Amino acid sequence: MRRNVEPVASAAPLDRPAKSGLEARDPARRRWQAPTGERPAVRRLLIAAALAFLGFVLVLPLVLVFVEALKGGVGVYLAALADPDALAAIRLTLLVSAIAVPANLVFGLCAAWAIAKFDFVGKSFLITLIDLPFSVSPVVAGLVFVLIFGSQGALGPWLSDHGIDVVFAVPGIALATIFVTFPFVARELIPLMQEQGTGDEEAAISLGASGLQAFRLVTLPNVRWALLYGVLLCNARAMGEFGAVSVVSGHIRGVTDTMPLHVEILYNEYAFPAAFAVASLLALLALATLLLKSLLEWRHGGGLKPRRGH
Amino acid sequence: MRNSVKAALFAAAVSILAAGTARSETLLNVSYDPTREFYRDFNTAFAAKWQAEGHPPVAIRMSHGGSGAQARAVVDGLDADVVTLALAADIDAIARATGRIPADWQGMLPDNSCPYTSTIVFLVRKGNPKNIRDWDDLAREGVAVVTPNPKTSGGARWNFLAAWAYGEKKFGGDEAKVQDFVARIYRNAPVLDTGARGATTTFVQRGIGDVLVGWENEAYLALEQLGPDGFDIVTPSLSIKAEPPVALVPGNAGRKGTEEAARAYLDFLYAPAGQALAAKHYFRPSHPEDAAPEDLKRFARLDLVTVADFGGWAKAQPRFFGDGGVFDQIMKPGE
Repeated sequence: MRRNVEPVASAAPLDRPAKSGLEARDPARRRWQAPTGERPAVRRLLIAAALAFLGFVLVLPLVLVFVEALKGGVGVYLAALADPDALAAIRLTLLVSAIAVPANLVFGLCAAWAIAKFDFVGKSFLITLIDLPFSVSPVVAGLVFVLIFGSQGALGPWLSDHGIDVVFAVPGIALATIFVTFPFVARELIPLMQEQGTGDEEAAISLGASGLQAFRLVTLPNVRWALLYGVLLCNARAMGEFGAVSVVSGHIRGVTDTMPLHVEILYNEYAFPAAFAVASLLALLALATLLLKSLLEWRHGGGLKPRRGH
Repeated sequence: MRNSVKAALFAAAVSILAAGTARSETLLNVSYDPTREFYRDFNTAFAAKWQAEGHPPVAIRMSHGGSGAQARAVVDGLDADVVTLALAADIDAIARATGRIPADWQGMLPDNSCPYTSTIVFLVRKGNPKNIRDWDDLAREGVAVVTPNPKTSGGARWNFLAAWAYGEKKFGGDEAKVQDFVARIYRNAPVLDTGARGATTTFVQRGIGDVLVGWENEAYLALEQLGPDGFDIVTPSLSIKAEPPVALVPGNAGRKGTEEAARAYLDFLYAPAGQALAAKHYFRPSHPEDAAPEDLKRFARLDLVTVADFGGWAKAQPRFFGDGGVFDQIMKPGE
């Protein structure tokens, strides 16, 4: 949009000798702007507002996390991360992601495949259902699992008779995380697969491929970058989830505390450098995810589209 | 890249599973908020003593939170071997809802199952700029009071009862006046956190409020952790003897085969070493003779009522904190 306006404006002084013709058109052309454009002042104001807001709400807190974490020096920082409870929290967070992400990968692929390639009754209902975790508060999600699997719940007594712990143990935390991160992969794949249609698969099958071969050799390569992108987002959220996990965790130090929960515990114990050290690790994970995501967009932008924003 | 990530995740998963199978005896103590520092020391001492007596090593796991919320978690299946909560009503609730604790639990250990007690004091900003001396000052206009929510926090219920006891003394038992007095205090509360520790961080870290009403041990800990330059402790003329009880959960410990260790754990709270540690962490020991004299010197003498003056928790809990009880009436909008 800038390009439409500026060359004319800067060219005007050079064209002074041939005043008559240009002057008549120049003011009109200068005032012309793309119907969707804004005046430079408005544009600058909008950009400044967006940047200031981002700086204040995103960048400043992020920088502060690292400043606070390193306040006591690198030694304190590393000692905080090497604490057995912190290590247990890191391990648990990785374990829960290692369960939740593959589960949602398989589910997301199945759901996207079903929605994009077939027509069936209740399809739009299924799409709505997939979005449900985005609209339900994570705390409610956690409470639902307590209500189902807790010892006062529907399945709780049977489970505890059989020695199976779900809530206040790793399975409950994994379930709550799966619930919350449920839509990420599916949401990434559905629009892309819908647009790609079934043409490629039809061609493969008409050439003699089995259904599985068509999926493995045609569908999967077509969506691989979007799939990876979805997995990254899913992973970032799985590692960072607080609300739902907090409800089903039971907050047992070193056992059922994930990294976000451990940050809260440390903060509540006045262990500020340690709290911020663990928080900075979470922030680093988020930054690494962002970096990977940007890298993917840059290298394989075409393979990711069309995409709906989150 | 993905392969190495996968390998790392796999390694993490394996190490966790391995840790799970090679489990030694483990006790889970589900406690309330301000006991974190005390039990960290106490657990180390108990584990050493237990092993020195020739038992296999014991690992003690802690879970902390608002007392009411913690009781709720145990009701929902949190596998506590022992509960060390802020008040008897919360343990009663577990006993009633699950049967995993016998109804007469409170008679099973000495001193009503309270190895240590505490009281409710005020923490004010350094120099006491609002000149807060007693409960009257909390009801004054323009004083912001930080206290947690009695619906979820055990400490908050002690706060409430202490204020009520002062009101009763002041107005000679005129209940309408007492209720109005306590209501004025709660109208001065800008936030009601869910737990005592949350209220402390609200007051200390976020700088909200003129006075924190809270556990004596929590107030001293805040001074110790954050330096005496920022705050002063004010002891009111009258307060309540806050009795945070402990109990075995036989329904859980029996199933896990940890009952012997769990019993020994609770008994050790009453032993001289346990009592001394409690006093060190600003809890008032039930056997002061076992504590270090310099620790005891820190506790101010003041008039203390007890929950028995309110007819015990069985009466006080529904009357003040039950649905539609006094607290609900106070918090009703427009009153």
